[in-house]
Amino acid sequence: MEIYDFIYKIDSFCNYSNNWNIIQDSYTNEKYGYFADKRPIEVLIKNSIINADKPPGPTSHEVAYWIKQMFKVSKAGHGGTLEP
Amino acid sequence: MGLENATKLMSYISSSGKEYVCLMQVHCDFNIDELKQIISKFIGIIYQKPPVRSSVKRRTRKKKIYDIEILDTDKRFILLRISSDPGTYMRKLCHDIGVILGCGAHMRELRRIRSGIFTEKNLVTLQEISEALYMWKNCKDESDLRKILLPMEYATCGMPKILIDDNAVDAISYGAMLTAPGIVAYQRFRVKDTVAILTLKGELVAIGEADVDSQKLVDMKKGIVVKPKRVLMPRDIYPRSWKKHG
Repeated sequence: MEIYDFIYKIDSFCNYSNNWNIIQDSYTNEKYGYFADKRPIEVLIKNSIINADKPPGPTSHEVAYWIKQMFKVSKAGHGGTLEP
Repeated sequence: MGLENATKLMSYISSSGKEYVCLMQVHCDFNIDELKQIISKFIGIIYQKPPVRSSVKRRTRKKKIYDIEILDTDKRFILLRISSDPGTYMRKLCHDIGVILGCGAHMRELRRIRSGIFTEKNLVTLQEISEALYMWKNCKDESDLRKILLPMEYATCGMPKILIDDNAVDAISYGAMLTAPGIVAYQRFRVKDTVAILTLKGELVAIGEADVDSQKLVDMKKGIVVKPKRVLMPRDIYPRSWKKHG
């Protein structure tokens, strides 16, 4: 059994290394879900993170609201505020 | 920013380590070696009371400063790079350095350069987002948008992972615990660790707390391995192979 390539990419994103141990052979059925890096764009939008560079001025909450509107999604959240 | 489903992951980002570049102004001429001495004393555990204008309860908190590096100095200006626990006030840190120095100091400018695993690498501006959306909506070209949108799975970088069988996915999206038979592959983890559960296609199913050490998995025939805390996989995407009780 081969581990799907994208799964290795997740860990190389932050240089994390932890070896894989395979304990049973199993194959995924393409009828269900999507390969995580091959989602249709509409599905990707609802399951994605943007590393956004917030300009000085607007608050994190304001930017989160704008992005929510731009993508027409029901929710958008920011990963913490910058309180000087 | 997490969109829709990925909103659930933002708490993991906000509760992880931060790194800043901070411009400090000292209120008198000073000896650089003395300043370096003082700054080095701030590395490690510090006690900090949030400033008067803050959005948290003002009680003294214990925070860890992992590193402070002087990047540059220009007369009374000092440019610092600081990595710290989340919730450490840089304004207060500058102020306290000034107190120890004797004549006071304050923060002039601040920029966060890392939040958890997210750094300034691959940052995108609001303009870039808006242009990528325009290209997709009006020109049927989604390539720019795909460069901007990171699959939410990247947020699990640094967490030990478990890959599960297609047949184990739906039960977890209905709130079940992850038990041993569903596990196909794993990275080493310890009991109480935060672990990510993924499908064989690399989709994030849930993030939870390990109930056992991973070394137990080899001989485990049944029993709980992970208690999911956040479930990301919607119900009924994968086949239902579990029986309803009652």
